Amino acid sequence: MCTVCGCGTASVEGHHHHHDHGSGSDQAHSHGHSHAHDHSHSHDHVHSHDMHFGQGPAGVAVPGMSQDRLIEIETDILAKNDRYADANRAVLKGLDAFAVNLVSSPGSGKTTLLCKTIEMLGDQPLAVIEGDQQTANDAERIRATGATAIQVNTGKGCHLDGHMVGHAMEHLELAQQSFLFIENVGNLVCPAAFDLGEDCKVAVISVTEGEDKPLKYPDMFTASRIALLNKVDLAPYCDVDLDLYEKNLRRVNPGIEVIRLSARTGEGMEHWVNWLKGSLARKQGRAAAE
Amino acid sequence: MHEMSLCEGIRQVIEDQATQHNITQVKRVRVEIGRFAGVEKPALEFAFEVVMRGSVAEGAELIMLDLPGRAMCYDCAQEVEIDDRLAPCPKCGGGRLMPMGGDEMRIKDLEVN
Repeated sequence: MCTVCGCGTASVEGHHHHHDHGSGSDQAHSHGHSHAHDHSHSHDHVHSHDMHFGQGPAGVAVPGMSQDRLIEIETDILAKNDRYADANRAVLKGLDAFAVNLVSSPGSGKTTLLCKTIEMLGDQPLAVIEGDQQTANDAERIRATGATAIQVNTGKGCHLDGHMVGHAMEHLELAQQSFLFIENVGNLVCPAAFDLGEDCKVAVISVTEGEDKPLKYPDMFTASRIALLNKVDLAPYCDVDLDLYEKNLRRVNPGIEVIRLSARTGEGMEHWVNWLKGSLARKQGRAAAE
Repeated sequence: MHEMSLCEGIRQVIEDQATQHNITQVKRVRVEIGRFAGVEKPALEFAFEVVMRGSVAEGAELIMLDLPGRAMCYDCAQEVEIDDRLAPCPKCGGGRLMPMGGDEMRIKDLEVN
């Protein structure tokens, strides 16, 4: 794997990613797009990357740690991903486009839900990024609806990151005022930590998964603004308590909105589609007010 | 979770610093990990050793500093510290807590030669 940007084993469909990293310590890294590199910090000390000889960081003494060659960094480990995500966010803002990052366990029905959503959105411009470890099956299913889709295979990766999504967005040529649906790799753990530049994460959880999923994997549901409780048509056959699903979702995220629906029967889908349309309109309203 | 990716992020930051400050060897790396960051410490330690090979931080010691988990209680409207993601509010016993911090994953500093 490329240790400079981590995109070595990921592949954007139809796109060969050439690297230009040079060898040895020369880490020149050139891609065909630019990324914003500004980031803000709020620390109560003057932020610098200077070396501090003979003066430890104020008030901090660490046993076993000599303080004469300490370099303060105070940088988020995922700072690089966050910069890519910020660049994606700026592109989306410029287009007045609304992006959702669909997260769930594998098999919750994300692709079926997306196909149905696309159908219901009719003429609304939109595009889809499909994330999986392997195969272009999902992108093909999306394209069968007539929508533009691109598959990103992460190889061994367990999540999409801001860099992969940035590449995919370049290929999609998003229209003004469109929706961008990013279907993340089916995984209730890792995608929670990676900002892709989306407007919000949408968690999909199906009734067959068990009411305690939100308690077992709280981070994903805390990171999501809305949860879609899918496959409610199967509820009578699964001995599940839908109210308990909602209670557990609110236990880990008191502010989460929950919509019960079935992508298969269409029940509740209108509520979800209206939520999407409302979110896009609000984003455009905010942009117009600025 | 993705401790290997995190270590690649750490290596990236270290290499940027190494170029900037002409560092030839890093002895210790201190990272701050929030209680709710979802980081498995032994996995991070293992991945760190592997990922740093061939870099200026090969063989460096990784020191992980814990940061507490903080949450806003929707019942008593107080910001509280909790140890466990599903723990009740220590002030009012309520169960509706929204994490407000503790998901930090930050490189604090480097000790270099």
